[in-house]
Amino acid sequence: MAATKASKEQKYDRQLRLWGDHGQESLESAHVCLINATATGTEILKNLVLPGIGAFTIVDGHTVSGEDVGNNLNLIFWVLMVDPLDFNRAQAATELLQELNSDVSGNFVEESPNKLLDNNPEFFNRFTIVIGVQLPESTCLRLDSVLWSASVPFLVCKSYGLIGYMRLVVQEHSVIESHPDNALEDLRLNQPFAELKNHIQSYDLDSMDKKDHSHTPWIIIVAKHLERWLSEHNLQPPKNYKEKEAFRQFIREGIRKKENGVPEDEENFEEAIKNVNTALNPTKIPSTVEDLFNSEECNDVTSQTPSFWVMLRAVKEFALNEGNGSLPVRGTIPDMIADSQKFINLQNVYREKAMQDAAAVSKHVECLLQSIGKYIANRRCRCLGKNSSFLRVVRCRSLAEEYSVDTVNKDEITSSMDNPDSEMVFYLMLRSVDRFYQQHSRYPGKAKVYTALSLINVRLCIHPLCYDDCRYGAAEPHTVAAFLGGSAAQEAIKIISHQFVPFNNTFIYNAMSQTSATLQL
Amino acid sequence: MVRFGSRMAVDGGHRDGGCDWDGRWNHVTKFLERPGPFTHPDFEPSTEALSGFRLIHVVDMDTIDLSNLNRQFLFRPKDVGRPKAEVAADFINSRIPGCKVVPHFKKIQDFDDSFYRQFHIIVCGLDSIIARRWMNGMLISLLSYEDGVLDPSSIIPLIDGGTEGFKGNARVVLPGMTACIDCTLELYPPQINFPMCTIASMPRLPEHCIEYARILQWPKDKPFGETSLDGDNPEHIQWVFERAQERAAQFNITGVTYRLTQGVVKRIIPAVASTNAVIAAACATEVFKIATSAYIPLNNYLVFNDVDGLYTYTFEAERKENCSACSQVPQDLQFPSSAKLQDVLEYLTENASLQMKSPAITTTLEGKNKTLYLQSVKSIEERTRPNLCKTLKELGLSDGQELAVADVTTPQTVLFKLNFTT
Repeated sequence: MAATKASKEQKYDRQLRLWGDHGQESLESAHVCLINATATGTEILKNLVLPGIGAFTIVDGHTVSGEDVGNNLNLIFWVLMVDPLDFNRAQAATELLQELNSDVSGNFVEESPNKLLDNNPEFFNRFTIVIGVQLPESTCLRLDSVLWSASVPFLVCKSYGLIGYMRLVVQEHSVIESHPDNALEDLRLNQPFAELKNHIQSYDLDSMDKKDHSHTPWIIIVAKHLERWLSEHNLQPPKNYKEKEAFRQFIREGIRKKENGVPEDEENFEEAIKNVNTALNPTKIPSTVEDLFNSEECNDVTSQTPSFWVMLRAVKEFALNEGNGSLPVRGTIPDMIADSQKFINLQNVYREKAMQDAAAVSKHVECLLQSIGKYIANRRCRCLGKNSSFLRVVRCRSLAEEYSVDTVNKDEITSSMDNPDSEMVFYLMLRSVDRFYQQHSRYPGKAKVYTALSLINVRLCIHPLCYDDCRYGAAEPHTVAAFLGGSAAQEAIKIISHQFVPFNNTFIYNAMSQTSATLQL
Repeated sequence: MVRFGSRMAVDGGHRDGGCDWDGRWNHVTKFLERPGPFTHPDFEPSTEALSGFRLIHVVDMDTIDLSNLNRQFLFRPKDVGRPKAEVAADFINSRIPGCKVVPHFKKIQDFDDSFYRQFHIIVCGLDSIIARRWMNGMLISLLSYEDGVLDPSSIIPLIDGGTEGFKGNARVVLPGMTACIDCTLELYPPQINFPMCTIASMPRLPEHCIEYARILQWPKDKPFGETSLDGDNPEHIQWVFERAQERAAQFNITGVTYRLTQGVVKRIIPAVASTNAVIAAACATEVFKIATSAYIPLNNYLVFNDVDGLYTYTFEAERKENCSACSQVPQDLQFPSSAKLQDVLEYLTENASLQMKSPAITTTLEGKNKTLYLQSVKSIEERTRPNLCKTLKELGLSDGQELAVADVTTPQTVLFKLNFTT
C-alpha cells in the first residue's frame, strides 16, 4: 500500500529537517546501483533504502554461502526462513532490503559486473550513482572507464579486516547548498549598502529613552560607534588587537549611567562588545568562490555549459556590477537582544536587500540563457544568492589517473609516509593485496606479504601491520562493514541531493585505532 | 540451523596458551539501553548479535513511532505503538540462532544496583545527558575499593554513543579508571532555553511565538481540559501552531510552520540512518575489543562529523581530579556564613561541572536528619522554601558541615563539605 503524503512526511520527518523537501525529492528520483551484496554492500544499501531512495538495482553473480550468512545482516534474516546455500545473493539481498521500506523499488541482476561490461556496458549509464563493493582492481578500472565517460559518479568501497576504504570518482560535482557548520554572518558593517545606511541613520542613540536604548540591536550599536570611529581615525576601521580593544572600550562608554555613575544593565551593549570581532570582518568574496569565478567553465559559457556554471557566471556578473565587488547579500541576521519591532525592522532591511540582489542575479541568468539559447527549469535564484559564499565544486580524479605510473600522486604518498601513524600505509596494503589477487586469484596469507608489496614496486620498510593485514584473509567483519555502510551511504546521498560536501577522494578507516584519514590520490 | 562463518581477524593460535574464542564470547552478557525516543537505533542488538554475542538485555522505556522508521531498522510499520525493547528482542531472537535478547520495557532508573551488577559490559544510546549521568553514577557506585585501591573486577565498562544530524561521538568509560561522563560535562553544549521576558513580551523569532503558546497560553487556556501538552498528539501541536501564528502576525514575524512548531515543542533533533550506523558500528567495535581483549580499546573519545567530507577525531578525555561523580574526593562548597541557601542552590545548578537540575539538600543537625530544601515534592517545597532566604549561619550550619545532595543526575547522593570563607 502506497504511503500517503502525510505519513511519508511523518516517517521522514527527522531527515527532512536536514535536507528539506527538495532534498527528499532528489533522493526519491534517484536510482542507485550496488555491485556485490556483501555485508558492506547491504549495509550501504540499507542506509539508502531507509531514507527512501527511489530505486536500487543490485548486480551480483554470487550465490549465498555460509560465510555470507555469518556476516551479512540481511541474509541472516532471510535465510532462516528458507533453505540456505541455494540462492543468488542479489535476489536474497533485494528481497530483504525491499522489506525495509515499501516506498523503494528494488531490482537485481544475477550477473557479474565483468559480464555486463562485456555484453552491455551502457547498462550502467542509467544510474544516478554506482557503488562497487569488494571489487578486484581490474573490474574497478573497467567500471571507472565506462562511468567516467558516461559522467556517472562511482563510489568504490572495501572492508578488509579492520580496515575500511572508500574512493569517490566524479568528474565534477557542484554544490549550492553546502550547509557549512560555522559560517560567518554577512552583516556588511564595513560597507553598509544604502538601505542599511539609511536605517542606521534613523537611530539617534543619544536622544532615546532608557527602554529603547537598552533594546536597540547590537548591529546598530556597532554601526553607530563605527561611524564615529571612522571619522576620528581617518576612515580606518580598527584592525589589530589593540585597536579592537579600544573600540570595545569605546562602545562600553556608550552604556548609559545611573545617577550615581554606575553603568546601567544594558545587555545589548554587552552583546555588541562581544561581537566586535565578527562584526568587523571585512566583506569579501571567499577564495573558494574567487577560484570558481576564475575557472574556464564560468567564463566560457556556451549552450553545452551545465546549469550550475551558468548560475555561477550570473553571480559573477552580479558581483562585477550591482554588487560592487561583493556577493549578493545573504539576508539573515542572528537573534539578538532587542524589542520586536526594532529587530524585525532591521531583519527586513537585510531580507529585502537579499531579495533585490537575488532578483538581479536572476536577470543575469535570463540574459545568459538567452545568449546561449537555453532554458533551465529549476533555478532557485534566492537559494543561490543566500548560498553564494558557500558554493563548492568537487572534482575527484579517475581511478585510471590514480593508478597510472605517469600520474600517480607520488608526493601525497611519500609525504604521508613521513608520519608513522598515517593511514596511508593501509592504502598501500590494499593496493598490494589487490595486485596479489590479480596475479594469484586469491587473497594473501601470512607468508605472501613480501610478494604482495613487491608487486606495486614500492620501497617500504615492512610495517608490522602487514602481518595483520594478511591474517585478515579478506574477512569482512560486521562492525567495519557497518561503519563503512553509514559513511558510504551518506556520501551517496550528498552526490544525489547536491547538498553537503562529498569527500575528495579517498577515505580510510582504521577500526583498530578508531582513526580515519582522507587522502587525495 | 546455520553456523556462523569465519568471524574475525583474530588468530587464536597466535596467543600464548591459545584461547577458546567461542567460549569467551558465550559468557559475555551485554546490556544495551536506550530509553527515550531517540536518534539511536543502533544499539541494534543486531550489530552485537552478528559479532557473536549471545546474551543481551535491552532496556528502553519507549514505544515505536512512525518517525523512527527512517532509521530504526528493526521496526516495521506494523510495530508502531509497541515497546521498542520487545520488538527489537523478537526480531533478533527469531532470526539469529543461539542469541538471546531479553527486553525490559522500563526506564533505566527503574532498576537498582543488583540488576546492573550482573553485566560484563554496558552500551548506551541514551537521549539525554541526565540519563547518561545517572548510568555513569550507577556504575561508579558498583566499584569496590580495598584500602583505597580499586578492585578491577568491580569495573563494568560503559560504552556510550550519541548522534545529532550528521555529527556523532562514541566513548569508552572504564569507571574508576578513565574519564567518566561527569569528568567531561563541559564538552556538552548547554541546552537552549529562551529567556522568559523575550517569550512574554519581546518575541523576535518564530520559535519565541511557539514557546509563548506552549508555556504561557496552554496552561491559561487549557484547550483540552486538564490534559498537559503532548508533543505526540497532532491536535495539540495544531493548537500550538495556530496560537503561534496569531502571535507572530501581531509582531510581523514570519516563519511559523507546523514542522517548526513540532520541532520546538518536542525539542526534536534531526536524525538519519547513516550517522547512527557509523556511531553504532564504532561502539560495537569497542564492545568487541573489550570482550575479547584482542585489541586495545578506544582511549577514549571519538568524534565524527560528515557535513563536509568525513572527519573523525580521537582523543583521550582526561579524568577530573575533583570530579563530583568519580573522584571520591569530597566536594568542597566555599561560601561565607552570611551567604543564603539560595546562593548554594544556584551554585549547584549553574556551576559548569555540576549542572544539577533540581538538587535536594539535606544535612544532619543535632543528630537528626534535616531537609534544607527539596523541590520535587510540592508540600516539602512549600515548607522548606523559606530556608532559601536564610543565611547558612541562621540555618544552624557550621564550618566543615556535610551536606548531602540528591539530584536526577546521579543515582547516589553527593556529599559536599561546607567551608566558611568568613
